[in-house]
Amino acid sequence: MSTTTATKAKPGFLADRANFLDERVGVAGILKEFGRKIFPDHWSFMLGEVALYSFLVLLLSGTFLTFFFQPAMTPVIYDGVYGPLKGAEMSIAYASTLDISFEVRGGLLMRQVHHWAALLFVAAAGLHMLRVFFTGAFRKPREINWVVGFMLFVLGMAAGFTGYSLPDDLLSGNGLRIIDGMIKAIPVVGAYVSSLLFGGQFPGESIVARLYGLHILLVPALILVFIVIHLFMVVIHKHTHYSGPGRTDDNVVGYPLMPVYVAKAGGFFFLVFGVIMLVAATFTINPVWNYGGYDPSPVSAGTQPDWYIGWLDGALRLTPSHLEVSSGGVTWSWNILIPLITSLVFLAVVAIYPFVEAWVTGDQREHHVLDRPRNAPTRTAIGVAGMVFYADLWAGASTDIIATNFKMSLNQVLTFFQIMLILGPIIGYLITKRACLSLQRKDREIALHGRETGRIVRLPHGEFIEVHEPLDAHALYRLVSFDTYQPIMPRPNDQGKITVSTRLRAAMSRWFFEDRIEPVTQTELTAAQKHAAIGH
Amino acid sequence: MTEIKKAGSAEAEHVYSAGSAVITKDVVANPGLEPHRVRMTDKSPKHERRAARQVAILFLLSIVGSAFAIFAYFAFPLTDDLGTVRNNTFFLGAGITLGLLGIGFGAVHWAKTLMPDAEVSEARHQTRGSEEVRAQALEIIKLADQESGFSRRKLIRRSLYGALAFFPLPAIVLFADLGPDPANTLRHTMWKAGTRLTQDPTGTPIKASEVTVGSVFHVIPEGLNESAHKLEEKAKAAVLLVRVDPSDLIETAEKKSWSYQGIVAYSKICTHVGCPVALFEQHTHHLLCPCHQSTFDLNDACKVVFGPASRPLPQLPIAVDAEGYLVAQSDFHEPVGPSFWER
Repeated sequence: MSTTTATKAKPGFLADRANFLDERVGVAGILKEFGRKIFPDHWSFMLGEVALYSFLVLLLSGTFLTFFFQPAMTPVIYDGVYGPLKGAEMSIAYASTLDISFEVRGGLLMRQVHHWAALLFVAAAGLHMLRVFFTGAFRKPREINWVVGFMLFVLGMAAGFTGYSLPDDLLSGNGLRIIDGMIKAIPVVGAYVSSLLFGGQFPGESIVARLYGLHILLVPALILVFIVIHLFMVVIHKHTHYSGPGRTDDNVVGYPLMPVYVAKAGGFFFLVFGVIMLVAATFTINPVWNYGGYDPSPVSAGTQPDWYIGWLDGALRLTPSHLEVSSGGVTWSWNILIPLITSLVFLAVVAIYPFVEAWVTGDQREHHVLDRPRNAPTRTAIGVAGMVFYADLWAGASTDIIATNFKMSLNQVLTFFQIMLILGPIIGYLITKRACLSLQRKDREIALHGRETGRIVRLPHGEFIEVHEPLDAHALYRLVSFDTYQPIMPRPNDQGKITVSTRLRAAMSRWFFEDRIEPVTQTELTAAQKHAAIGH
Repeated sequence: MTEIKKAGSAEAEHVYSAGSAVITKDVVANPGLEPHRVRMTDKSPKHERRAARQVAILFLLSIVGSAFAIFAYFAFPLTDDLGTVRNNTFFLGAGITLGLLGIGFGAVHWAKTLMPDAEVSEARHQTRGSEEVRAQALEIIKLADQESGFSRRKLIRRSLYGALAFFPLPAIVLFADLGPDPANTLRHTMWKAGTRLTQDPTGTPIKASEVTVGSVFHVIPEGLNESAHKLEEKAKAAVLLVRVDPSDLIETAEKKSWSYQGIVAYSKICTHVGCPVALFEQHTHHLLCPCHQSTFDLNDACKVVFGPASRPLPQLPIAVDAEGYLVAQSDFHEPVGPSFWER
């Protein structure tokens, strides 16, 4: 800060305040340590920030809502300004949601800010996770932070679902009904767990108050704790940066926290908040007054959960008929258990992936330079396969909407998604892996022979050639700097045996690294340059 | 200024195994950071002044937006006219938006045009501590172990593990009162022999003669609206009543007497996860659950023809009383709604 490093006589505006704080909380040491910390710049590093700021917006708007919302299911007769529901019997929770929407100035705005921010929070966290996955940012030393981030994503879904159910409207009530049905399917304890959750029979008069406690206290507190851990580890590890000239595993290249990132990231909070506010002011979300209060008998066609629950709902829909087995006085509801287990396994694979890849490569070095997705073809292909799997389940939650809007048979749409749940990830995997390898070959080609200029030259002896322009050293380095791994052979251990885990590891290693493109070496580059110097 | 390798750093870094990574010396050398490109605002005082002005204008716009939001709060009050909700939401939101975006764009513009944009390189250190620090930490652990006797005193250690394992158990038991033992509540509904079928939600009794072929009635048991636990009872007792041509019905001998002149009553609660099976398609005589599209064939004992459900919808045996009203012969003969372990 050039403005504050002047002479002692005139310390400047900021330094005066800093002195006050230092003499009371010792802020000088903290500033010396963190004030000029370097953060790399890239648009994709913004995704996590969007999630963080959406969470702050959620805390602010949510606090406002708690001042007016009443989490009670006691029935009342509605006597508010919304005409169509006048005289209807409904819960206090639903009535107070209507009052927030229609009788509190800015109440509907804040409800919509809260709902949009929640949708954005999970979306940004999900995209951030994909960025981290596809660039290999989860590698050592960041495996634990990947798991912390994963927990945040799951907690985000939990926060969303518990909040979504609070207004006690018809749509969210049916969502809870589905949860109740799923819980009852759990072997042995299902009926008991359902009774404990709902305080007796569904729907009871307890669930909204209970979800409220979880939604405004436990879940956000956990999210906050995990965010603190998440960011603390970012400070410990220092941020990753993309591979490029001047970037190595031993340095971090970017801009200092003070002043550049204080301004950029601080300003970005206002941008995220501003965009959420703009969307909330102009686009309706969750118009609960259209649905009416919860009643177990009616339901509207085309029911959809919030987007982040869609994949779980899709898993329920895509399960084939007649999977339930009743024998010996007990019932195995495989039509619910299979989607439940599948979803949990999917989440578990996501959570442990960094450890699997580390085990396969055996690489214990620290990695701070990010991979370009093409330079890790198998990982990228696995990621795409996972995305296709998720997307198929997600689309599966909209089979009825797709069928009615595109005038197709519901049965065929469903069958299509059932088949694609298996086939889609395989196709996605194969295409992605081939695309990555091709892109790597193209990079090699450009690195060795330069960029095509489109200029055709005729040589004295009549031959036509296209002139290739060699890359400058910086552009070249981007194309040639990446790690590769060799597949390992299963080797016997001390006792001369090849263990199952060794075999498995060798097989995985072969799967990961059998097809690979090596980076251009200096020798190859020199040879190519010599060749180019001689002729073409 | 570029410090690519930590040349001459005091202590050697720990050497980790590279696993199956290909390590070669034959790599293209790192050319170092790209040269910094100077911005217009760095070169020309005129551009610099203009950028400073723009930042200030953005911050001033923010003030205007916030002030407008306060104005809008009072200028667009909420009345009985629902249109006022839209105006209040929009103008208040627009003002706050301007207040926020003004600060956001101003700060980012300031950073991008007026603050240094030359990239700086900072050294990283390995996450693990230096050998010296690790040795000291290990010493502390050993000392703590020695002083407490944690490794040495097996009895203390193991009894502590036991105590720690047991202490959360009361907390788990404490949750038992969250809800009662479900006991038989899932097996029974409000329907009893002689309970009249009434319309949902009014509670008006239904005469058999009012039910024409192809019509659908959403039905609740008589007295449900007055019951103490209305929604709980409704969540189990809701019924769908349809009349079809009696010759279309495929009925087993046992259930022949459960319908009345082609009028059949089936539980409306889906056997999948409990959504109301509220859609009746007359020409295919299918009942469809809008949540997960489980489809039941009304004519064929509500067997599952499509979707994730497994069991047919339970049938409510019905009859007609002396006054011509539809009544239940008994409760359902099996639990309604989603499956559970003991059913």
